[in-house]
Amino acid sequence: MALRCAIIGSGNIGTDLMIKMLRSDTLNLTALVGIDPDSDGLKRAKSLGLQAPHDGPDWVLKHAHEFDMIFDATSAYVHVRYHHKYQDAGITAIDLTPAARGPKVIAAVNMHEHLDAPNINLVTCGGQATTPMVFAVRRALNALPYAEMVSTVASRSAGPGTRQNIDEFTKTTSMALREIGGAEHAKAIIVLNPADPPIMMRNTVFAGIPEGSDHDAVINSVYDMEKQVTSFVPGYRLKNPPVIEEGPFHTPGGVVPHRAVILLEVAGAGDYLPEYAGNLDIMTAAAMRVGEAVAKHRVTGLSEPAQL
Amino acid sequence: MSTTADFRLIDSTLRDGSHAISHQYYAEDVMKIVQGLDAAGVQVIEIAHGDGLGGSSFNYGFSAVPEKDLIAQACEVSGNAKIACLLLPGIGLADDLREVKELGVGMARIATHCTEADISEQHIKVAKSLGMETIGFLMMSHMNSPEGLAEQALLMQSYGADSIYIADSAGAMTTEDVRRRVGALVAALDVPVGVHAHNNLSMAVANSIAAYEEGAANLDGTSAGLGAGAGNCPTEILAAVSDRYGIMTGVDPLKLMDLAEEIVRPLMPRQQVIDRAGLLLGYAGVYGSFLLHSQRAAERYNVSQAEILLELGRRKVVGGQEDMIIDVALELAAMHAQEE
Repeated sequence: MALRCAIIGSGNIGTDLMIKMLRSDTLNLTALVGIDPDSDGLKRAKSLGLQAPHDGPDWVLKHAHEFDMIFDATSAYVHVRYHHKYQDAGITAIDLTPAARGPKVIAAVNMHEHLDAPNINLVTCGGQATTPMVFAVRRALNALPYAEMVSTVASRSAGPGTRQNIDEFTKTTSMALREIGGAEHAKAIIVLNPADPPIMMRNTVFAGIPEGSDHDAVINSVYDMEKQVTSFVPGYRLKNPPVIEEGPFHTPGGVVPHRAVILLEVAGAGDYLPEYAGNLDIMTAAAMRVGEAVAKHRVTGLSEPAQL
Repeated sequence: MSTTADFRLIDSTLRDGSHAISHQYYAEDVMKIVQGLDAAGVQVIEIAHGDGLGGSSFNYGFSAVPEKDLIAQACEVSGNAKIACLLLPGIGLADDLREVKELGVGMARIATHCTEADISEQHIKVAKSLGMETIGFLMMSHMNSPEGLAEQALLMQSYGADSIYIADSAGAMTTEDVRRRVGALVAALDVPVGVHAHNNLSMAVANSIAAYEEGAANLDGTSAGLGAGAGNCPTEILAAVSDRYGIMTGVDPLKLMDLAEEIVRPLMPRQQVIDRAGLLLGYAGVYGSFLLHSQRAAERYNVSQAEILLELGRRKVVGGQEDMIIDVALELAAMHAQEE
C-alpha cells in the first residue's frame, strides 16, 4: 500500500521531485499542482499522465480526500498561509520551504523522531548537506563547542526566494547545526558563485575539536556519515579527505586546539535539474527519503531502525 | 570641511585593514585610529571585521575582540566623523544592522559580488528604514563588464541605495578598466559613484584619481594602505596626491601622514609591500583577503602559495570562498605526493 501524494509548486524543485517520486513504490504521486498553466513543470506532469491543475493549494484542499501527503515546494509565504489547512484536512505536509512550521528534520540524522508529525520541515539545502557532518563530529566527541558551515552554490541555481531572503537561510541552517547537529554554537555562511560553466554545490564544515579528543574517531565517523548520506543522495561526497588542523582557534564556544575541515561536494542526479544544482537535488532527495520513511512507518507501524 | 571637498574620503583602516592584522584589533587601537582620522578631517570611518559584520569565523578568522565592542568604542570616540559598517549578505544579518544602528553607526555599506546585487535588497531596505546612509558595494568589479556592472548598480539604486561603489577587491584593474566602469555607472545612475581600490598591481592611487576624473564622488583609503592583499589605496598618499592635482579633499595630509607613521605602522606585522603573492592576486584576479589564508595553507600543507593563488584564479572563486584555499592546497599536496 502506498501513500497518495501531491506535490504543490511546479517550479524547479517541484518538477525534479516529481520525476524522483514517479520511481517510488511507497509514494503514489497523482498530482503536480501549480499556478501557471504554461509552466514547464505542469506540461511535463500532464504528459506523464498526472493531474496538473493550476489552481494552487486550494485545489488540494478541495480534493483533500484523495491525498494522504503533500510535498510543499512553493514558498515560505504560501506554506505559512496553508499549513493549518493541510493539517485540518488530515494531510501530512513535507515542507521544502524555509517556513519552519513543523519540527526540523535532517534526513540523515533525525527523521525517525518525527515520523508521526503532521508537518515536517526540511530546513535548507545547506542544512541537509552539512548537519549530518556536524552530527558525525559531535558523536565522536564529548562536546562540540562550535561548528560552522560555508555553502557555495552556483548563481544560476539560487532562485529569487533564496536571494530575497538570504538571512532565512543562514539563520535556519545555523539553528539546525545546533539543535540537530549538536554544536553548542554555530554559524552558517552562504556564497553565490556566478562562474560559467556553473560550479557544483560546495559545502565546507569546520568543527572545533576540544583538547584530548580522539581525532581518528572523528575522521572515521565522518567517513561513515558520507556513506549514509550517499545512500540517498548519490552525488554527495567528500571532495578531499577530512583533515584536522592545528590552531589554537578562538571560537565563540571557547578556545580549541584543533579544527576539523570537511570539504563536501554535491552533484545533482540530473533528474530534471542540471548536475550543478546539487543544492536543489539534495532537498528533493531528502524529501523522498523522509516521505518514504513516513510511508513505511504508516504501513508497518514501525520505523526502520535509525542507523546512527 | 565637507563643503570644500571635491570628493568624500572614506577610511577603511579599521575594516579592510583588519584583514592585514588577521582581525586582531583592540579597543586602544580603535581609539587612536579614530581620533587620528577625525582630527585630520576624514568624514567617514568604516569599522567591522574585515569580511563585514558577522565575519568572525573559522573561514575568515576570529576577531580578537567582539566587533560590536570595537564599533561602540569608535562611535564613542568619533567627534565629527560618521561611523560606517560593511555587511555582506550571506555572512552578516539584517539584525546586525539594527544592533550597530543602536551603537551610533550612521552608514551601512552592503556588499555583494559584482553580479549578485539582488541579494542586497533585504539589507539595503533595512538599513534605509533604520535611517542610515546606505551604500551598495559591488565587489570584484573586474569580473563584470562596465555595462553589466551598471545593471547591477541600478538594482541597488532601485532598492534605495544612496550611492554605489565599484570595489576592485582583487586589485586587478588598470586605470582604463576603472575609467570605463566609473563612466558607465555615472551615466546610468542618479546617485553618486565611489571607488574602492587595492594596490596589488601598484595602481591604487592612480586608479582613484582616474575615478575622480570620471566623476566618482566617494573614494576609499586606508592608513598606510593597511588592508587585504598588497593593501588598499593609502589614505595619506591619496590626500597628498590630490593636493598636488589641486583636488580638494577637505582632509589634512600631514595629520594623515602622522597617523600612518606613528599609530598604524607600529601595529603592522608586515609592511604593505607588493611581493610575489600580492602581485599574483592582482595578476590572477583573486580576492585580496585570500593572501594570508593562502600563506597559512601553503605552510600547513607544504605547497606553493603562488600555485594556490593561480589555481584559485583559474577556478574563478569569489570573495567569501576562503574554504576553497584549503581545498586547493589539499589537492596540490595530493598531486605532488603522486608525482614523487
